Amino acid sequence: MTATISSPGSSTGPSTAASTAKLVGLYVLAVAIALALSAALIAVTGGPWRKVFTALIDGSVRNPGRWGDTLTEAAPLLIVALGAIITARAGLVNIGQEGQLAVGAATAAYVATNGSGPLVLIGALVAGFVGGALWAGIAALLRYWRKVPEVISTLLLVFVASQGTGYLLTRTFLLLDDDPNKPNRVQTSGQLDPDTRIGFIRIFGNEFPWSVVLAVVLTVAVALLMNRSIWGFRLTVLGRNARTAQRIGVPVVIAGASALALSGAFAGFAGAVMFAAGSANYRYTPGFANNIGWEGLLVALVARNRPLACIPVALVFGALRTGSGFLAATGVERSIVDVVRSLLVLALLVPPAVIAIQRRRVTPPPAPVSTDEPVVAVAR
Amino acid sequence: MIAVVAAATDVFRDVLSAEAMYESAMRFAIVLAFAAVGEWVAEKAGTLNISIEAMMIGGAYTAAVTWGAFDMVPVALVAGVTAGIVVALAQAHLSHQLTIDQFVVGLTLNLFVLGLALFLDSRWKAVTSVVKPTRIPLLADIPLVGNALFGQPWPMYLIVPLVPAAWWLVFRTRWGLEVRSVGDNPQSADVSGIHVNRRRREAIMVAGACSGLGGGVLVLGQISISGYEPGHVGLKGIIAIAAVIFGGWTLRGTVVGCIVFGYFFALQQTLPVLGYRINAQLAASLPYVVALLVTAVFATRTRQPRALAQPFVRGLA
Repeated sequence: MTATISSPGSSTGPSTAASTAKLVGLYVLAVAIALALSAALIAVTGGPWRKVFTALIDGSVRNPGRWGDTLTEAAPLLIVALGAIITARAGLVNIGQEGQLAVGAATAAYVATNGSGPLVLIGALVAGFVGGALWAGIAALLRYWRKVPEVISTLLLVFVASQGTGYLLTRTFLLLDDDPNKPNRVQTSGQLDPDTRIGFIRIFGNEFPWSVVLAVVLTVAVALLMNRSIWGFRLTVLGRNARTAQRIGVPVVIAGASALALSGAFAGFAGAVMFAAGSANYRYTPGFANNIGWEGLLVALVARNRPLACIPVALVFGALRTGSGFLAATGVERSIVDVVRSLLVLALLVPPAVIAIQRRRVTPPPAPVSTDEPVVAVAR
Repeated sequence: MIAVVAAATDVFRDVLSAEAMYESAMRFAIVLAFAAVGEWVAEKAGTLNISIEAMMIGGAYTAAVTWGAFDMVPVALVAGVTAGIVVALAQAHLSHQLTIDQFVVGLTLNLFVLGLALFLDSRWKAVTSVVKPTRIPLLADIPLVGNALFGQPWPMYLIVPLVPAAWWLVFRTRWGLEVRSVGDNPQSADVSGIHVNRRRREAIMVAGACSGLGGGVLVLGQISISGYEPGHVGLKGIIAIAAVIFGGWTLRGTVVGCIVFGYFFALQQTLPVLGYRINAQLAASLPYVVALLVTAVFATRTRQPRALAQPFVRGLA
């Protein structure tokens, strides 16, 4: 401990700059390798890899009206990621956002199709928030009451959520659209009333819902709460060392369970926002979550649990989603985007880990003779 | 009330007297057991290895494609094992050499392999037919359970040597002793000269081999009629983890857990055949709900490896 505190004074200047440069270099290298591997994979399977990358860029930003769509896709990813950060801070692992999002969207749809009046939109958004929180609350309950690892329970709940919300769509008194003139035979919920939808902002021929702005505001709020509030500090202590947290008076169970529920609430809220911004034509449909929950979680992982860093990552991931819509013309299956995305995530995980390991090796042990760094200082 | 009880006993009797039920439950149980035995070894070494799912998906797809290409079951199974080990290599080195969080690695690998299998399937379609059941004469004629126990496709029987082999490996070899010590007290193990993270990596390799084989058996052993489908594995790896929890980190209990979960997977498949009309979605979620309930009951009562899911870094860092 003393060694790590005393050493920075002598070595901060040049060595951090050098290690930052190294980190950036490693990041560039890792991303290049991930993209090269993706290209190789496309080429090996007989696809035109250049066209694929061009199509991805065309579909996400270059073609008219596309970056608005990218923003629209990025907003729920960002909201989900914020929730994931909250649990990660508390040292918990919530990987069930996909299910929490589905439950949130379904509860929002229930409120929206059964309620009326001008406040329906707010009611639906709140319902999504609550629905996601309750669904994650099951995992929190199992974690703190029965010691079930939340990793397992949240994952199992994803499957239960997708099947369970599917069941809601088979009964008219639950979610199934009871309109006799419904457009097709696919089981969907009723449609959100046009007056109570999330409004769109139009700039330069692009349009995106105001929920994008809301997501950014939420990000700033979470960043402030995490880094500047007592609550955020307590969560951080809890995540670093639960025993210390208990000693300084953090209510471990309440703080942990509420962090888990809050992250579910964010995922559910993201689902409600997707529903009200028309991601599936203002209806709840089977497969509504459409991997947004998983991808939002990956956003948080890549951003290394820093809220503000989630914004660019969510944009990139949103771009991959909208870009994948243009892949049909190249004849390459759009699931290649899943491969590209997870390769990118794996690539971005590696550099910080490598740097951390090197730093661990370089950190001088207490005995002064064993490394060269202090010797250099003496020689001067 | 009485009517409900009567109806329930009716269902119960029907299910217990249906031969198809035993067969189907046994198939699911065996597939789960391959993965669960591997997961058990990994957890003994201290890794809560959620990429077991990825290993199964990789094994299933690779085995299906290889079988389509060569039409030889052993080759397909070897290919499945190889795919499982490749995924395990990634998991092991990322989480126990670069010490990236094991759940982060596991989740990313799950999504990666799922996407990769989906993408490759669009190019190289995995067409599988069915391995014919091998009936052991006389024994397979036992009413009710004969076919379930002695009339399975032959890859299924690989579980019979695998379980004792895993037991022997963990409890009767030096490697196994080191694995257990690494899972219970890595600091002490490290001080006594055991390479903690290497043992953990090797245990993950074992998990990869077993669950890759499980994925292969899942495809070749004809669990569904339609052959290979991309969503085939469908979180069965996670159910295998639940089986390990159910078994209280004992091998015997883990196998029992697989049979319990296999039973509920079979219910979902068999009840419609028996003429019961149940909602498809609710039936499909049944094994997962049961897994949640079961882990809720058993997670506290038993003793897990003390360093489970805790990364090991040398020194006081």
